[in-house]
Amino acid sequence: MTMKNNEPIRKSELQEESLFEKAVGRRSFLQYAGASAAGIALVAAGCKKDRGYPDMNTGVTLDFKDDFGVLNYAYALEQLEAAFYVKVASAPPASFTAAQKAYFQDIQFHEIAHREFFKAALGTAAIGSLEVNFDSIDFTSASSVLGTAMAFEDLGVSAYNGAGPRIKSATYLLLAGKIVSVEARHAAYVRDLISNGSFADLNSLAPLGANNAGGLDAALTPDKVLATAGKYIKTKINVINL
Amino acid sequence: MNIVNILEEIEKVDGEIYERLNPRRAAMKSFFNIGKKISLAAMPLALGSMFQKAYGQTTLPTAVVDVLNFALSLEYLEYHFYNHALLGTDVTFTYPTAAAKTAITTIRDHEKAHVDLLVGALGSSARAPIAYADTDFRAGGTFATVYTDYNTFLAVAQGFEDTGVRAYKGQAGNLLVSPGVLQTALQIHSVEARHASHIRQMRTAAGTAVYKPWVSLGASGQANDSGVPQVDAVYAGEDLTVQANVNIANITGAPNATAAKLAAVESFDEPLDRASVITIANLFLQPGKKLS
Repeated sequence: MTMKNNEPIRKSELQEESLFEKAVGRRSFLQYAGASAAGIALVAAGCKKDRGYPDMNTGVTLDFKDDFGVLNYAYALEQLEAAFYVKVASAPPASFTAAQKAYFQDIQFHEIAHREFFKAALGTAAIGSLEVNFDSIDFTSASSVLGTAMAFEDLGVSAYNGAGPRIKSATYLLLAGKIVSVEARHAAYVRDLISNGSFADLNSLAPLGANNAGGLDAALTPDKVLATAGKYIKTKINVINL
Repeated sequence: MNIVNILEEIEKVDGEIYERLNPRRAAMKSFFNIGKKISLAAMPLALGSMFQKAYGQTTLPTAVVDVLNFALSLEYLEYHFYNHALLGTDVTFTYPTAAAKTAITTIRDHEKAHVDLLVGALGSSARAPIAYADTDFRAGGTFATVYTDYNTFLAVAQGFEDTGVRAYKGQAGNLLVSPGVLQTALQIHSVEARHASHIRQMRTAAGTAVYKPWVSLGASGQANDSGVPQVDAVYAGEDLTVQANVNIANITGAPNATAAKLAAVESFDEPLDRASVITIANLFLQPGKKLS
């Protein structure tokens, strides 16, 4: 037919338009695209509809329906960090300098403070204590300890940054902000110990959501953070309403 | 960030949102296609740009525009401060190592990226640019040697970075209405904290005093740990030890009261209100160019 032969390009544009307009529908397209772009809604739907509610009898549950869920998420991560630094500070790698030992002890106190703060602030809403799994860490090796510290600090920064917009209360948002900048200071310090000048190497942080062109630090959604942190946590963490 | 929720929230106050977006289907499509390729970090910017296209450039709530222009002023200051330290012909100090100069370059580049990003997000609502000529990093003589003495330069740099961290923290609550903008602001906030940590390490490396990478207490227990009394205002209130009615000094596990107080101060950074930040920033701006 004439149309087919003479206007193939136009036809294909129309087909594309038609798919966009009719087959999916404007509003459902927005929802579908929004879900896949943000990677959040599909996960949440998967939790609720496909698998049903997780078994509450095992592990802890982070219910992201409200700010308590976000605070418990932070509490879980602070438990992990504190457990790590308690172990490092109690028996630092032999090659650590006196200054490094002192700063790792400082960081230990900071992380304990964060952990205990969340526990106290959450009160009866707090999740239980997590059991950690540090089998993959060689606590006698400076490179293993520093590498793990960097991973935890950068992940912590990405977690707080990614969770910030989920917080509804200005008070809680500010408290998270008071903590995340301390984590970022830790991260920069540890990074500089590993490689001086890498304190804010945003290209290397791109897998955690950083954007060097915008001068933007890491930010990850809780599902991604927990997938990474899970390697170090024995306790099962159930996530709902994400 | 969940774009579906954002769109639904907007629909509650603007039933026309989908109609507004509809004529810009091309913009929407490119937005979502970009979304497949770019990181979460860039999503808020892309989202902001999409809404700008849907509403025009005046759609950011006034309060958000104010916060972003306030942040932009600070980023201009920081950018010029470092850029001049790298390029200024009246700069007579020398960087002790190549790594030191590289670090200042890294920080300068981030501040420039922040300026560009904020200008882009604000569009026609962006404040007038601040030029180097509008600044006075010697602060009327308070820091007369800022570009002739490396240690003075680093001391002022620490003040800028620690102020920046506090300023963003102080504004976060005002951005709750715009989750995408809040996301971006948080990502700038923690980069400034990384800068501050490194500048503090550079100061320690360059001199005889030790500056912790995190904000601690001064030698006499004062809030200002920078050793520079002229920047007391930068650290006012940083010595808080109680958070949300929880006495942090009681829960750090530190071995004695002195260590516990230090740990309590260090483990939480404090915000600074807008007026206090402006007072600090105005020290470094020429008359007629000061912020209000």
